Amino acid sequence: MTDLDKTDLDRTAHGTAADGATAGAAAAGEGLDARLVVERGDFRLDVSLAVAPGEVVALLGPNGAGKTTALRALAGLVPLTGGRLRLDGTDLDRTPPESRPVGVVFQDYLLFPHLTALDNVAFGPRCHGATKAEARTQAARWLDRMGLAAHAGAKPRRLSGGQAQRVAVARALATHPRLLLLDEPLAALDARTRLEVRAQLRRHLAEFEAVAVLVTHDPLDAMVLADRLVVIEDGQVVQEGTPGHIARHPRTDYIAHLIGLNLYRGQAEGHTVRLDGGPAITTTEDLTGPVFVTFPPTAVTLYRERPSGTSARNLWHCEVAGLETHGDQIRADLTGELPLAAGLTTVAAAELGLHPGAEVWAAVKAAQTHAYPA
Amino acid sequence: MTSLDKPDAAADTLTGGPRRRRSHPPGRTGSGGFRGAPLPLLLPALVGLAFLIVPLIALLVRTPWSDLPAQLTSAAVWQALRLSLLCATAATAVSLVIGVPLAWLLARVEFPGRGLVRALVTLPLVLPPVVGGVALLSALGRNGVVGKWLDAWFGITLPFTTAGVVVAEAFVAMPFLVISVEGTLRAADPRFEEAATTLGASRFTAFRRVTLPLIAPGIAAGAVLAWARALGEFGATITFAGNFPGRTQTMPLAVYLALQSDPEAAIALSLVLLAVSIAVLAGLRDRWMTAS
Repeated sequence: MTDLDKTDLDRTAHGTAADGATAGAAAAGEGLDARLVVERGDFRLDVSLAVAPGEVVALLGPNGAGKTTALRALAGLVPLTGGRLRLDGTDLDRTPPESRPVGVVFQDYLLFPHLTALDNVAFGPRCHGATKAEARTQAARWLDRMGLAAHAGAKPRRLSGGQAQRVAVARALATHPRLLLLDEPLAALDARTRLEVRAQLRRHLAEFEAVAVLVTHDPLDAMVLADRLVVIEDGQVVQEGTPGHIARHPRTDYIAHLIGLNLYRGQAEGHTVRLDGGPAITTTEDLTGPVFVTFPPTAVTLYRERPSGTSARNLWHCEVAGLETHGDQIRADLTGELPLAAGLTTVAAAELGLHPGAEVWAAVKAAQTHAYPA
Repeated sequence: MTSLDKPDAAADTLTGGPRRRRSHPPGRTGSGGFRGAPLPLLLPALVGLAFLIVPLIALLVRTPWSDLPAQLTSAAVWQALRLSLLCATAATAVSLVIGVPLAWLLARVEFPGRGLVRALVTLPLVLPPVVGGVALLSALGRNGVVGKWLDAWFGITLPFTTAGVVVAEAFVAMPFLVISVEGTLRAADPRFEEAATTLGASRFTAFRRVTLPLIAPGIAAGAVLAWARALGEFGATITFAGNFPGRTQTMPLAVYLALQSDPEAAIALSLVLLAVSIAVLAGLRDRWMTAS
C-alpha cells in the first residue's frame, strides 16, 4: 500500500496539470478524441475517451468489462458499430488497422516466434517502407534503448518474460505511433520481474510524446503507469480521474474493493449518513443528500462482547463470514447489521478467538470515515 | 477409399508406432510376450499385421536380386522413374501454388457456403481416381467444357500429354495438401496476423511474412503427402493422360504394363517405388512428425 500511496501523492499534482492539457488539446484537435461504441450480442460497449499527447490513460475494470474490446476498437481490430474515433484531428474509424498510426503491445506480446528480437522490432519499419538495412539499424537502436542489445539475435522463446515484454514495447514504438496501446502489459510477468519492468515501462511511457492508453485490471499497475484512470464496468465508464482522486473517492464496489476500502452509499443529514436499507454511519463531514462513505478495514475495531463506554458511535453487531491472511494482517469478512471487511493483526485475531460464525461487535470512529457527495 | 486410408495409416505408424513401443516397460514385452491381451483381440490384430506386412516381404522374397542391377539400369525404367519424379514434383508445385491460398481461404475467411466448398475440396480424396480421370476429360478434354476453349484460343491440349499427367496427379493429390495446410492454419494463432497488421503489414504481407513461416511445417508435411500420392497415382493418370512410354507412362503404369509381359521387371520396379515410399516416411518422421 505504501507504494501505492506514494504514487498517489506524486501523481495528483501531475494529474491535474494533465487534465488541463486534455481540455486544451481536445479543442486544438490534438491527441485522441473517441467515443467507442461496439455492440456484440447482448454486450454493448460505449466509452468516451479524450487523451492529450503525452498523457497516459489506463482503462481499469474487471474481466469482461470491455476494456480489451475498447483497445481492439482503437487499433481497428474490432469495427466500431457507432461513435467516432479521431486522432490528431484525423478520422480513423474507417481506416484499416495497418494504416492507423497505432502501436500495440499485446497481453502475451505475440512476438513472431520465427523471427529474432531484432527482426521482430524491424518488422514495423519494414512494413512502413524502410529498407532491410535501415529497418535493422532502427530496430537495433530501439533494442539498445531497452537495454536488450545483447539479445538482438535471440528468438522469442529464448527471452525471459521481462525481456520479451521489452521487445514487444520496442516493436510497438518502432513505427513511431501517435497512439500506443498496451493490453495488460505486465500481466504475464511474475511478481519480481513485474516490479522491475513496471518501473522501466513507466520511464518509457513518460518519455513517449504521443497518446498512450493501457488496459489493466491491476490497480497498482494503473496507478503507477497512468496519469489518469478511466474505470469501465459492464461496457460503461463508471468513474474517471487521477489515481489519487479515485483512490480517495471510489464510486463503485469494484473500485472500493480494488483499493481495499469499505464503501457504502446513503443519504446524509448533517453528520449522520443513513445507508440504503441499512444502519446509519456517523461521519465528521457535514453533508446533505446522497453520499458515499468509506473507511479502511484497519479502522475497524472488533470486540467479542458489546463494549461499554466506547466513544465510537459506529457500533454494529456482526458475524464472521470468513477469514484470510492479507500480507501481515488478518482480513475478516463480516456479515450482519453492516457487511464490512475488518483488518486486524494476527495476535488480535488469536486473542479474540475469531472463527467463521463467531459473533462480534465492530466499531469505527467517525474520524476514520470519509464521506463525499455521490 | 484406398487413397484416403493410405496417409492415415502412414501417419499412425509414424506417430503411434515407435513412440508406443518406446513407452512400454521393457520387462513386459520382453518376457511375457502379449500377456494380458485377450485372444479375441490379439488374433485378429496379428492377422491384420500379417496382412499388411506379408505382401511387402513377399515382394522382397520374389525380387530377382541377381538381375536387379540390369533391370534397374535399363533405359525404360529410368525413363519411367524420371517422368514419375518430375510429374509428381510438378504436381506438388502446382498444388502448393493454388492449394495453400485455397487452404487459407477455407481457414481464415468466412463466406457463405464455406462448408460446402470444403466438402467439394475433399471430394477427390474419396473419389475413385478413374472417375477423377473421366471428370478431367469432360472438363479439359479436346471437346471438354473448358478444354474446347483452351484448344481454340491457346492451342493447348492437355489429355495424353506430360502436362496432362501433372494435371491428373495434382487433381488427386492437392486435397491432401489443402486439408493438411488448413488444419495447421486453424491451429495457428490468428492473432499473430493481427499483430502484424498493427505494425503496418497488409493482410497479404502478414500472410507472407508471418503466417507462412509459422505454418511451414504443416505445408511441408502436406506437400510430402501430396507428392507421395502423386507418385503413386494410377487411375486418373491412365484415364486422362494415357500410357505412352517416355511421355505419360509413370512408374505405376510401367509396373502394371510390365506385369503383363515381364513379372520380374514389375517386381523390380515395385521395389523402387517401395524404396521411395520408405524414404518419404522416414523423412516425414524425422523432420515433422516428431517435431510437434
